[in-house]
Amino acid sequence: MSVVKPMDSKTLANRPLRPKASKGKNGLLKRMWTERYLYLLLLPGLAFFIIYRYVPMAGNIIAFQDYSPFQGFLHSDWVGLKHFKTIFEDREVVRVLWNTLYLSFLQILFAFPVSIILALMLNEVRSSLYKRVIQSIVYLPHFLSWVIIIGISTVLLKSNGIINKLLGAVFHMQPIAFLQDPHWFMPLVVLEVIWKESGWGTIIFLAALSGINPSLYEAAAVDGASRLRQIWHITLPALKSTIFILLILRLGSVLDVGFEQIYLMLTPFTMEVGNVLDTFVYFKGIQDSDFSFATAVGLFKSVVGLILIVGANRLSKRFGGGGIY
Amino acid sequence: MLHNSKRDKVLDIVNFLLLALIALTMLFPFYYMFVVSFATYDDFVKSEILLWPKTWVLDAYQYIIGSKEFVRSVGVTIYVTVVGTVVSLLLTAMMAYALSRKILGQKVFMFMVLFTFVFSAGMIPSYMIVQATGLMDSLWALIIPGAISSFNMIVMKEFFANVPYDLTEAAIIDGANDLHIFARIILPLSKPALAAFGLFYAVGLWNSYFTSLLYLNNPAKWTVQVILRQMIILNQGSLVDAGAQAGFTNPPPAETIGMAAVLVATIPILIVYPFLQKHFAKGVMLGSVKE
Repeated sequence: MSVVKPMDSKTLANRPLRPKASKGKNGLLKRMWTERYLYLLLLPGLAFFIIYRYVPMAGNIIAFQDYSPFQGFLHSDWVGLKHFKTIFEDREVVRVLWNTLYLSFLQILFAFPVSIILALMLNEVRSSLYKRVIQSIVYLPHFLSWVIIIGISTVLLKSNGIINKLLGAVFHMQPIAFLQDPHWFMPLVVLEVIWKESGWGTIIFLAALSGINPSLYEAAAVDGASRLRQIWHITLPALKSTIFILLILRLGSVLDVGFEQIYLMLTPFTMEVGNVLDTFVYFKGIQDSDFSFATAVGLFKSVVGLILIVGANRLSKRFGGGGIY
Repeated sequence: MLHNSKRDKVLDIVNFLLLALIALTMLFPFYYMFVVSFATYDDFVKSEILLWPKTWVLDAYQYIIGSKEFVRSVGVTIYVTVVGTVVSLLLTAMMAYALSRKILGQKVFMFMVLFTFVFSAGMIPSYMIVQATGLMDSLWALIIPGAISSFNMIVMKEFFANVPYDLTEAAIIDGANDLHIFARIILPLSKPALAAFGLFYAVGLWNSYFTSLLYLNNPAKWTVQVILRQMIILNQGSLVDAGAQAGFTNPPPAETIGMAAVLVATIPILIVYPFLQKHFAKGVMLGSVKE
């Protein structure tokens, strides 16, 4: 899978930093002094990571407080695990958690395989021009914002929109309230994800496929194997490890279902079936200013994500899949 | 053999047609948006299924160009995109270059960056730090808190690490320091790579919606994505300012205005798309390499 050449010794990374560092405390200081301009370059980025990535991690302590902006971190009351207990007792949170897991499950079941199938189809195209044209078209939606995609779907799916008119004209159906009917919420979310991301998702599979030795296909053809058999016995096995690794990554982010898309699609009618962890945190924390509880829910999500990704990686290594880090 | 080759031919044709169908499905929303934005009131409202307007009009475009609200949001978004891309590129390149060299503590700094992939601070604490650093209601709130993408930084670091150091030898003999090498040799050398990263940052900034929603309360600072949402998804009578309505006794239907606005917001993406496409396959593959 590796596409980066092994670093040869004459690259910048291996260039010795001028005077050889001597040992001891003085040596360290001396070394830092010779590298001072590199630290200067590092400084803004380091400050960025500390201020906007690590300080907020520490800010999660308010999940253990009844935080009030007027009293600040230092003077708000400590309440221990109160908010975490609420997570499992509050019926709304349990439903939101269920919605999140259900949506993730639907996406893995329906959206994930589409990219694989599309990559297999693209891989079978003989004409490289046709392949390039199709690729250009299917990658494009990835670069559009969710606002635009949901904006277009809204116009298409309105009760007097073209889809309903089409259904009426062809099947004599009554208009369907796609955007308000709770039953349609999850299917629409998954369909939109498929429309936006399935083309983009093929890239990694196509990269894996380009590494297959063509002589395998030639040998199979000589043995009289049809193209379908070649796909089954050569192409698919070559994708196995990529599929496995991507699946692990997906499991690690099983509680991440995309804030923007869900937020933009939610209406009062679909709140019950569509509210997921991220949007719940937004509504609770930002709109209702229940900072501590919302932070607790967010922290719960981050910790579960961390455990899942580390655990999945261990499992993958144990089964010889080679971890992701 | 013959049997096989016949079946393979069928497979080729079926595959060809299915892919064409998929591509059409991907393109149809774009096509529909385009057609609707040029349709007249009568064509849009009365026709059963609008696939080709009888008359093409620019009313919807005239309407949005007259709208102060819309034009201002496009201006704000251009500003944020340009400034944000420069800031992001500069910060990312500086950090990536420093970490591409074996400085003291490099491993620790790299761990700090990689850890953000598996653990995120969460929405509320991140919101509070933006508040605490005084960025609320400032356009910098759309730029600074997301200035460095860990992913881009790591890919760029790998790129710098593989620059042959012969190229810097002469400068070093002349006594140039690392700042000089970075600015005068490394950056000019990496122009194509920087352009690719810049495009990705620019698309992200142009599309940014969530950060505007979180951090900007003043409607005068809203980006085009926020205005689009007001217009189409919420269907709130947005864009009804006097400028927009000037010259219209009957404003065009909301849908045609909305689709015209979406098209205007999509054009910049379509313009940079060919350049993006040249680069992204490489970037994504680099990302699949283990550290």
